Amino acid sequence: MMFLSTPGAYASAPDTPGGDQEETDFYFGGIITFEDEPVPDATVTVSGGGFEAETITDAEGRWRLYVPEKDVYTLEVVEDTLPEGVIVEGENPQEVEFGLTGSKIINLFLGEGERVTQSFFDQLMIRLINGLNFGLLLALAAMGASLIYGTTGLSNFSHGEMVTWGALMALVLTSFWALPFWLGIIIAVVMGGVLGLALDAGLWRPLRRRGLGVVQLMIVSIGLSLALRYTFQYFIGGATYQLPGASPAPIQFGPISLSYIDLISMGVSVVVILGVAYFLLGTRIGKATRAISDNPQLASASGINVDRVVRIVWILAGVLAALSGILWAYFRPGVKWDMGTQMLLLIFAAITLGGLGTAFGALLGSLIVGLVVEVSTLWIPSDLKYAGALVVLILILLVRPQGLLGRKERLG
Amino acid sequence: MDWGSILSNTLSYLLSPVTIAYALAATGLAVHFGYAGLLNFGMAGFMALGGYGYAISVLSFGIPWWIGMIVGLLAAAIFALILGIPTLRLRADYLAIVTIAAAEIVRLLFTTQVFDRWTNSADGLGGYHDDFRSANPFPPGQYGWGPWTFNETGLWVRMFGLAMLALAILLVWSLMRSPWGRVLKGIREDEDAVRSLGKNVFAYKMQALVVGGAIGAMGGIVYVLPSAVVPSSYTTALTFFLWTILLLGGAATVFGPTLGAAIFWVVLAFLGNLLPDLAAAGILPMSSIQAGTLRYILVGVALMVLVIFRPQGILGDKREMTFVK
Repeated sequence: MMFLSTPGAYASAPDTPGGDQEETDFYFGGIITFEDEPVPDATVTVSGGGFEAETITDAEGRWRLYVPEKDVYTLEVVEDTLPEGVIVEGENPQEVEFGLTGSKIINLFLGEGERVTQSFFDQLMIRLINGLNFGLLLALAAMGASLIYGTTGLSNFSHGEMVTWGALMALVLTSFWALPFWLGIIIAVVMGGVLGLALDAGLWRPLRRRGLGVVQLMIVSIGLSLALRYTFQYFIGGATYQLPGASPAPIQFGPISLSYIDLISMGVSVVVILGVAYFLLGTRIGKATRAISDNPQLASASGINVDRVVRIVWILAGVLAALSGILWAYFRPGVKWDMGTQMLLLIFAAITLGGLGTAFGALLGSLIVGLVVEVSTLWIPSDLKYAGALVVLILILLVRPQGLLGRKERLG
Repeated sequence: MDWGSILSNTLSYLLSPVTIAYALAATGLAVHFGYAGLLNFGMAGFMALGGYGYAISVLSFGIPWWIGMIVGLLAAAIFALILGIPTLRLRADYLAIVTIAAAEIVRLLFTTQVFDRWTNSADGLGGYHDDFRSANPFPPGQYGWGPWTFNETGLWVRMFGLAMLALAILLVWSLMRSPWGRVLKGIREDEDAVRSLGKNVFAYKMQALVVGGAIGAMGGIVYVLPSAVVPSSYTTALTFFLWTILLLGGAATVFGPTLGAAIFWVVLAFLGNLLPDLAAAGILPMSSIQAGTLRYILVGVALMVLVIFRPQGILGDKREMTFVK
């Protein structure tokens, strides 16, 4: 009645496609190719409705599988039987069904992939390093945003544009104006501080003087974000630009391949984060900053010049955001007018995770967000990796609304 | 420069489905922010759920168009419940961050390849119109005059959208003058005072989130009636434009969102037609593409200026906006 093949029973392909099976009125067939070359000796299986069969592709990559009924079946190309480093792009196994006729042609064009060449552990290590790199550069931006929130109560929606600004300045100075690389980067970071100072002096301080509430300030920052974002687009258009040396040769560390840019990026991030930590813990201004975050009225009453500290915080946040933007332009890679907008929500996720307004919480939150974003791609598709981090944010708010390092207080 | 076509293009936006859709979504946002004081920055997510809920029901499950629309509204209502449970007990700015994050999650879920079978991923969905259009009561032909000339499909989409908008406005108006609306406004002004009167503040906020979200989803459905659902339309920029509209018209008003949407789109269309023409004529020193971008810069500036100098909007009363602090 039904021809049930035993796995491994056929070492070679049938003489004609489908010649190894009992013919019925219905069949699936097709050609498997890789880079326009046929793939011989690949095992294809079909199953569904209690029926199972398998066959092997011939020298032209051809295969044919007869099935008893016109129904939906599951078709799978057994990846172990493919040449090394070749994977099936798209769904495998996939659901297949007949159209109006008794045959259905499914041609598969295979792609080169890493799936079979790397062990799970190696992949995990690569993702961890990538996640650490991303988390560190995210921490630069997030610590600035967190300091601003702590001292002024502003959830700064235009922080993403401060990140873009740094990358954009680096692009203009090093690529368009062809300054020496190190000089261009230094000026770009300084320009980040200038933007922070300009925003505070020109916009935020007058608004604080006017006595605007935090919700109003937040909506103003959204307007500012839109205005800045489209101003960037006005000048550089919708294209993606690369900073100099954006695709360097990788260096192998066991299974992990890193470029010297990745190493410099992580090194710079760590040094700068340590610098910020020293500033907050060891200097008078840093202590004043933390005092204002704790209780602005009390800090003001004890003789701290709040306006001056807030100005310094804005400059610092601008510098950190610009640096983060430059590093991110190498990580993504590329400079684009809305690149900061893509990072904004991750910044918010990081500072909320760590506890709103605590700079070290923002650091911890950033590292978690960076690792979650990269490591989650082991299980979820990479086009959903940012969603994973945002889901973590919402879950944390459910169980620990004050964040990981935030003080427990009434938030309602 | 062709002033005739500029004027005609501009005026056609007064009755365009986009304007009606934005008016609906902004009305929903008025329930959230203007009346309940909830900082919802995820309206794009509600609109996406409305639009996709409708399109997927019709395309994948072959459901009649009006049930598909109800599915879209239900999806938004469930989304509101999921959002509200973790955040409505928290401080206002937490809700802002969670709603904007949730809207991005929704957009990413509709963009990803994983659900390609239902969502067609980044390309979006089209071709779900037949059933809705077969319910068109208007016989084929040309209707209207001047800039407002439509065929029978255009007229049906606009009439349906306007009917929904009228319904939403009526709903908001009657809700806000009911005891329920007074409690809601009380929560907006002073949550603790209302709580001390024995009202369940959490439940009221949740109901407001659901009602406003469903109105926003209706906006999302009207938004996709003329052509297609594309996930890239539901970015945070859409939410921010809705906030500009809301604050322009008046957050705590019934007609403000509609007025705001009409002004927003007419001005945006006017600038979108005028500025590239000025640039092409050499009056503005920039390319036509830059001239097209300029208007969005102006949207951002307008939002800042509005919040700073007239937070109550055109129709609003300053005393009703004391909760924005």
